[in-house]
Amino acid sequence: MPKSFSDLMREARSQIREVNTAEAVDLVASGARLIDVRESSEWEEGHIPGAVHIGRSYLEQQIEGAVADRETPVVLYCAGGVRSLFSAQVLAEMGYTNLASMKGGFQAWKSEGRDWTKPVVLSKEQKTRYSRHLLIPEVGAEGQARLLGSKALFIGAGGLGSPALLYLAAAGVGTLGIVDFDVVDLSNLQRQIVHTTDRVGRKKVESAAETVRALNPDVTVVPHEEMLTEANVERLIAGYDVILDGTDTFETRYTLNDAAVRAGIPVVHASVFRFEGQLTVFIPNEGPCYRCLYPSPPPPELAPGCSVAGVLGVVPGTMGLLQATEALKVLLGIGDTLSGRLLIYDALDATFSELRLRRDPHCPACGDGAPVASGSGVFTLKGGFGTSTGANA
Amino acid sequence: MSTIRIPPVLRTAAGGSKTVEVAGATVGEAIAALVAQHPALRDQVLAADGSLNRFVNVYVNGKDVRYEQELATPVGPTDTIILLPAMAGGR
Ligand SMILES: [Zn+2]
Repeated sequence: MPKSFSDLMREARSQIREVNTAEAVDLVASGARLIDVRESSEWEEGHIPGAVHIGRSYLEQQIEGAVADRETPVVLYCAGGVRSLFSAQVLAEMGYTNLASMKGGFQAWKSEGRDWTKPVVLSKEQKTRYSRHLLIPEVGAEGQARLLGSKALFIGAGGLGSPALLYLAAAGVGTLGIVDFDVVDLSNLQRQIVHTTDRVGRKKVESAAETVRALNPDVTVVPHEEMLTEANVERLIAGYDVILDGTDTFETRYTLNDAAVRAGIPVVHASVFRFEGQLTVFIPNEGPCYRCLYPSPPPPELAPGCSVAGVLGVVPGTMGLLQATEALKVLLGIGDTLSGRLLIYDALDATFSELRLRRDPHCPACGDGAPVASGSGVFTLKGGFGTSTGANA
Repeated sequence: MSTIRIPPVLRTAAGGSKTVEVAGATVGEAIAALVAQHPALRDQVLAADGSLNRFVNVYVNGKDVRYEQELATPVGPTDTIILLPAMAGGR
């Protein structure tokens, strides 16, 4: 005996409990999972916050991944309440015991003036480009959209900055600022892989921007072709969500630290020396800052830069990539960052070790007493300190 | 004997050694033993008044001695002391 649509509806209604929007809200509040069974195109036009999207055509395949326990209460909705009813029948057949279908669906929800959100929609090309991110629950479309809307600032497009620039560009961090006043030197190319042989003599910010653009047109590069100083630091870092410190001088590192603490911007910090690297994350008001770790800089003879002491080219590569990883975690708000921990990498021993860092209550930059006012001269620099950030740094 | 780990920046002054075994019941005694073996390290680790230089952090088993008892922090025979001077290199 063939069944009509109304036969099927009657049958479904006799098997599945229907709830109104208010009842659905109560069920979700007491632990029910809310599943949106509409098409992707409908979901993208707007959905109930906290809902999980499993299109009706993928329901049988994907429901066990989303709701493993068949006793879990599940509320389904679609646009008007029909597809969700039939979807609930399928789940009942699969053994789900606590099912409800929301009457009136998303249309009723919206017309009642209830809260809904519109997900950021990635283009078809972006869905392909970032597909491996979209597959990770911790990133997903929302995280990817967040990255595309994020701004990271690189202090230096050198040994540490090069690999981090490449990977943050590849990851789709939408705006990458680069502070560097240098030009590409042949001796840079042993490690500064964002530059190329045919760009020797050209500005590093230009060279890096060219590489980034070729890798990912989603990314906007903001070149700051100047040296970071007390005078311009506030302007340079304004508006960025995270800063990757890859400079070669203590002067720049302290200047950056103090300004970042004042502006409340996290700094992912790394430094390298020959076969060794140090890495940590300074999150203002949460963890220690650079001055908490090193209250004062060493004298120049104890602090040779890479241009004097040398460095195994891959070591800034390793550390720069770890910086990029921490920066992505900061931007996405996932995992535990290295805030309060110093990671030491010894390439010769092939060991990573970790030291606990403490916030110094007397720290002149972030301590209880005295936030460093701009230009207060807490850290005053004598000429010739450290190494130059010149072409061969 | 406890072990002091010499950071790469200071290794030249320590005759190239990566670690040095020293006797001493406190950080101060251990460092005194270290600079006795390698006098070139003295000015790099200690200030003129004998206190620790502020740009060198000292950790005993991963703990910063600034938040313990500074040079009086006790060290046991199996403890590892890490000297950690600031490094700036990044380019
Ligand atoms: Zn601080």
